[in-house]
Amino acid sequence: MVIFDETKTGDKSEMDKMHLDQHISQQFNDDLEQLREHLLAMGGIVEGQVEDAVRAIETADTGLAEKVLQVEEQVDREEIELDEECTAILVRRQPAASDLRLVLMVTKANRDLERIGDEANKIAKMAIAISDQGGTSPRGYVELRHIAKSVQKMVAMSLDAFARFDVYEAFKVVQADRQVDQEYRSAMRELMTYMMEDPRSISRVMNIIWALRALERIGDHARNISEHVIYLVRGMDVRHTSLQEIEQKLEQK
Amino acid sequence: MIKMAEDVKDEQKMQSAEPSAAENDSAGPQDMSAKIQGTVGRPFVDDAKIKMRGVNVFYGEKQAVFAVDLDIKENEVISMIGPSGCGKSTFLRCINRMNDTIDICRVEGSIQLDGMDIYESKLDVVPLRARVGMVFQKPNPFPKSIYDNVAYGPKIHGLVSRKSDLDEVVESSLRRAGLWDEVKDRLDSPGTGLSGGQQQRLCIARTIAVSPEVILMDEPCSALDPIATAKIEELIAELSENFTIAIVTHSMQQAARVSHRTAYFHLGNLVEVNETDKVFTNPDHDLTEAYITGRFG
Repeated sequence: MVIFDETKTGDKSEMDKMHLDQHISQQFNDDLEQLREHLLAMGGIVEGQVEDAVRAIETADTGLAEKVLQVEEQVDREEIELDEECTAILVRRQPAASDLRLVLMVTKANRDLERIGDEANKIAKMAIAISDQGGTSPRGYVELRHIAKSVQKMVAMSLDAFARFDVYEAFKVVQADRQVDQEYRSAMRELMTYMMEDPRSISRVMNIIWALRALERIGDHARNISEHVIYLVRGMDVRHTSLQEIEQKLEQK
Repeated sequence: MIKMAEDVKDEQKMQSAEPSAAENDSAGPQDMSAKIQGTVGRPFVDDAKIKMRGVNVFYGEKQAVFAVDLDIKENEVISMIGPSGCGKSTFLRCINRMNDTIDICRVEGSIQLDGMDIYESKLDVVPLRARVGMVFQKPNPFPKSIYDNVAYGPKIHGLVSRKSDLDEVVESSLRRAGLWDEVKDRLDSPGTGLSGGQQQRLCIARTIAVSPEVILMDEPCSALDPIATAKIEELIAELSENFTIAIVTHSMQQAARVSHRTAYFHLGNLVEVNETDKVFTNPDHDLTEAYITGRFG
């Protein structure tokens, strides 16, 4: 089970530090606030997509899977709009320091969110394939459900960390990703043995494997978003850094 | 001198504890003004060309610069930014004793150029100002020909004896200032007849004609259009190969474009000095952040 350390949260002063609403230019305040809200709104849509995709595969609900595929178009539009907003702010305001980091962060997180949407799409397609192959099979579902739960929580937490500019919440997501990666590997081994035991199940188990793979990727993107949050709030790049090092860096300031 | 600076620091702390009425207008920075405690970042370098310690500047009773410690490296471009009245120009003008021209102005502390105390009482400021040249906000060519504007310095400092040498100095200075091609056919026409950007480059040519080591620039582009500004900025990058440059600017983008290090001044205090990239992406001090992101002016 993924353990989230609930005791630590970002201190209030750090959350307030972003001062999004304190520019001399009210228009600039509005632009940045809108950018933030827009990313969160897109996050909300993508979060819903993942949830629907997972439920579609668990319940072999093709209708729900189709809905996920439709929402994808909306996510693509949002991605482009968000990028345009970022470009406009860069062009008009030449943001610096935390404002610059916010815009950079949003362009990156935007891409990660869109990719999460893509992965949810893949899961939805697997749900349709599994349903076509003749409904539910308990094989591999335990693993799938388990990882899906962790990954969904990671996505929610990464968005939460962004909404509150909370680096500790973000760090928990980075931690959780390591565990999901481990669980993914052990689930893979498990599913491999199912296929060896019963070669007739191969195509069905493969579909589960693809879905698992997509979930694992969603976890990676949630971790990326969290790393961007840490960059946004503290200005430090924690990509490709060990957990221990990140923790030390976070404690420093 | 340094000991005195400590005393002043204490005084200044007491002052900042009670913000003036003007500061009360903006809620954010006013809370933070109490937080200035020394300079954060990297004010010191190993091989300093200019070493400044405990610099205090007073206009009469009023203190304008508070105990600034700063090193400037050879061939470095350092920019000084901050809101109006933060003391950045006053501080810049200390480096070639330009403040001597203001009667009520008093400078304390130590400023060394290559280890030499420039406030030494016996020191002659004329050769000092040849070593530390200055370019001002408004282009101020002499009411003379373009040629004479550039030739004047080398002549009075006795740097050249023959006319041919002088011609060479004028040409090379104008070339380095990126002005030669535009004026080579009219060297005898008055310098004041040039456009604003050309006049400013003429002033830069005049400054570099006497082979200074340091060039101080006090908002050199504030009266220029974007094209002329771009030319001056390009020039700054080229000049930094041979000169040490300190530039005061109101344009933060300009500071970001031209300088290696950026110094942020606030209410006469040097708040932060850091690599320019760092200052504009992740400054160490809240006040720097507030200023460069336009949260107060």
